[in-house]
Amino acid sequence: MAALEAGAGLGAPPEAGALAARRGSGRLALAAFARSRQARIGAGVIAGIAAFCFLGPFFYHTNQVTVELGSGTLPPGGGHPLGTDASGYDVLGRLMLGGQSSLELGFGVSLATTVVGTLYGAIAGLAGGFVDAVMMRVVDTFLAIPSLVLLLILVNLFTPNLWIIIALLTMLSWLATSRLVRGEVLSLRTREFVQAARMMGGRRSRIMFRHMVPNAIGVIVVNATFTIADAILTYSALSFLGLGLPPPHADWGTMLSNGLNYLFDGYWWLVYPPAIILIITVVAFNLIGDAIRDSLDVRLQRP
Amino acid sequence: MPASTGPADTAPVSTGQPVALEGILEEDVLVRVEHVTKHFPVRAGGLIRRTVGQVQAVDDVSLVIPRGKTLGLVGETGSGKSTLARCVAGLVPVTSGRVIFDGRDVTNLSRRAMRPVRRDVQMIFQDPYSSLNPRRRVGAIIGDPFAIHRTATGGERKRRIQELMERVGLNPEHYNRFPAEFSGGQRQRIGVARALALRPKLIICDEPVSALDVSIQAQVLNLLADLQQDYGLTYLFIAHDLEVVRHVSDSVAVMYLGRIGELGPRDDVYDTPRHPYTAALLSAAPAADPDTAAARQRIILTGDVPSPIDPPSGCRFHPRCPKARPLCSEQEPQLEPRLGDAPTHVAACHFPVEAGEDLAAAAPARSEVS
Repeated sequence: MAALEAGAGLGAPPEAGALAARRGSGRLALAAFARSRQARIGAGVIAGIAAFCFLGPFFYHTNQVTVELGSGTLPPGGGHPLGTDASGYDVLGRLMLGGQSSLELGFGVSLATTVVGTLYGAIAGLAGGFVDAVMMRVVDTFLAIPSLVLLLILVNLFTPNLWIIIALLTMLSWLATSRLVRGEVLSLRTREFVQAARMMGGRRSRIMFRHMVPNAIGVIVVNATFTIADAILTYSALSFLGLGLPPPHADWGTMLSNGLNYLFDGYWWLVYPPAIILIITVVAFNLIGDAIRDSLDVRLQRP
Repeated sequence: MPASTGPADTAPVSTGQPVALEGILEEDVLVRVEHVTKHFPVRAGGLIRRTVGQVQAVDDVSLVIPRGKTLGLVGETGSGKSTLARCVAGLVPVTSGRVIFDGRDVTNLSRRAMRPVRRDVQMIFQDPYSSLNPRRRVGAIIGDPFAIHRTATGGERKRRIQELMERVGLNPEHYNRFPAEFSGGQRQRIGVARALALRPKLIICDEPVSALDVSIQAQVLNLLADLQQDYGLTYLFIAHDLEVVRHVSDSVAVMYLGRIGELGPRDDVYDTPRHPYTAALLSAAPAADPDTAAARQRIILTGDVPSPIDPPSGCRFHPRCPKARPLCSEQEPQLEPRLGDAPTHVAACHFPVEAGEDLAAAAPARSEVS
C-alpha cells in the first residue's frame, strides 16, 4: 500500500500504479524464494562453488600449464590436498579451472537458449496458423535427431573452443524451450483475463507485457535454471567421450574421463573429486529451479 | 431444403427485419444484431491444413436489445450463445451480417477503430478464476480500463477504483491484494467492478454466475440488478440456468445449434413456450416447489445435440423433436409470431406448442425412457 501511494503521490505517469504493483509481485516472489530452504541451500552451494572456481586460484596457486611427469599421480597429501593426475597437474587446482569453464558454459548456454527459444516459441504461439505449423515442424524435425549423435558429428566438424561448444549446445537445447514457451503462450492467449484486456481495448504490446510475460516468466526462468544443469552435464558427457575442449583446457568431464583410465590402479582421487563436484553443482541448480517455481506460484506467496 | 451447406447464401429463408421490435422506437435500441453468422473453419492435416468443413456456431441470428433492458440468452452448451456474445463484443469477427451498436455499425472494426466503442461495451466473464490475471493486484486489475483509456491517473485513479470496489461490495482496503486471496463470489465482484469502470452502456454477462455457489449467485445477480437501475445499464445476459434468466431478463432468446428458436418477452416465453425445445427446456428445469415438480410433465429429449459442422436440414431441432413431421426436415421454419401471439413473441416452429398441450404424450414411444 505504502509503495503504491508513494508512486501515485509523486505525480507519476499513468502506469505508475500498475508498475508499483508489478514490482510488488516480484518482491513477493523474491521473499518467498528467500524463505525456501531449498533455495537457500541451492544458492549457497552455487555461490560457494563459483567462489571456489573463480576466486580459489587467487589463493591456491598451482601450475596447470606445464606437464611434470615426475610428480604424476601423487596421492592426496603434502603439497597436493587432492593429489595430482598423470600429467602432474594438481587436482584441486584443476577442479577450480575446470569449474570455471563448466559454469561459464552452463550460464552461456542457458542465456542463449532462453533468448532464442523464448523468442521463437512466442512468435510461433502468437502468430498461430500456418506460420506456427511450419515453425513447430522445424523444431520437431530437429528434435527427432538424437542429440548426442548430432553433437558428435558437429563437434567433429569444428575445432572446438568454448564459444563453439556454447553455440552447439544452444542449438540443441533451444528446441525444448521454444516448445515450452509456445505452449505457454497458446494457453495464455485463451485465458479470459487476456480476453478481458482485449475487451477493454488494450493494445497488443500491453497484453504482451502486462499479461502474457508476467505469467510466462516463471516457466521460462525455471527452465533456464534447469538448462544450466543440463548444459553442464551434456558438456561433461561430451568431454567424457573425448570431444570436449583440447588440453591444456580443463573441465570436469575431461578430468573424469582421464581419471577412469586409472581407476583400477587405485587412483580414486582422479575420479571422485570431479564426479562429486559435478553432482553437487547439478543438484544445486535443480534445487534453485524448483525453489523459483514454487516462489513464483502466487498461491504460495505470503503477502 | 436439400443438402444445402450455406443457409446464409439462400438468404430469405430466415427472419427478415425487426423481430420483436414492435413498439420500440429506433433510438431506444442499443444493440441490433442483423443476420449475424459465425462459421469457424474446421481444418484437417498438419502443414497444409485443408478446410474440411465449417462449424456453424452462429447462423443467421437477428435480435435487438433495447436500452436499459436485459436480454437473456439461453441454450445448451454448444448452442452458440457465447460465440454470439463474442461477436457482439467484437472479440471474434463475424462471417457475415451486421452488429449495430448505438446507431453505429461496429461489424468487424479494426482494433484501432474499435477502441472508442470498447468504453461502451464491457464483458463479465464466466470463470472468475481465469478472468483475473493472477499476477496483478486487485487495484491494478480494476484500474486497467482507466490505464488503457487514460481517463484517470494517480490518486484520482485510486480514488475511483476504491469507489468502484465499494460499489460492488468489496472492501476498498483490499486494494493491494491478489485475486488468489478472494473467494469466487468476491472475484466475480472484481470482474463486475472492472466492467463497470468506464461506465459502459452495454455489459455482456457471459454466464456470470454459473461458476458460483447458489447462495453467492443471488448476491451477484442482485448486484447486477442494482447496478442496472443505478446506471441505466443494458445487459446481454447469457446463462443456461433458466431460473436465473427468468429472474434477470426482460426478454429471452432461446438458442439451439446456432439459431434462435424462440424470442420474446420473458413472461410470454416462460408461460406459453411455442417452440418444443423451449418447452422441453422449461420442463427440465428443477422446480423449487415439489408439488409443481410432481404435477409437471417432463419432456425428455432423446439423442444428443447434432454436430454444428453438419446441422440437420430444415428445422435444426427436428431429429429430437417430439412433434416433428416430414415438413420439419424439409423446410426451415421462420421466426414469426405463432398461434396469435403478440408480434413481439416469435418462434421458429411449423407446429408450435399450444398452451396446455401435453408434449410428453406427443413424443413417440421410447423404450429407453425410464
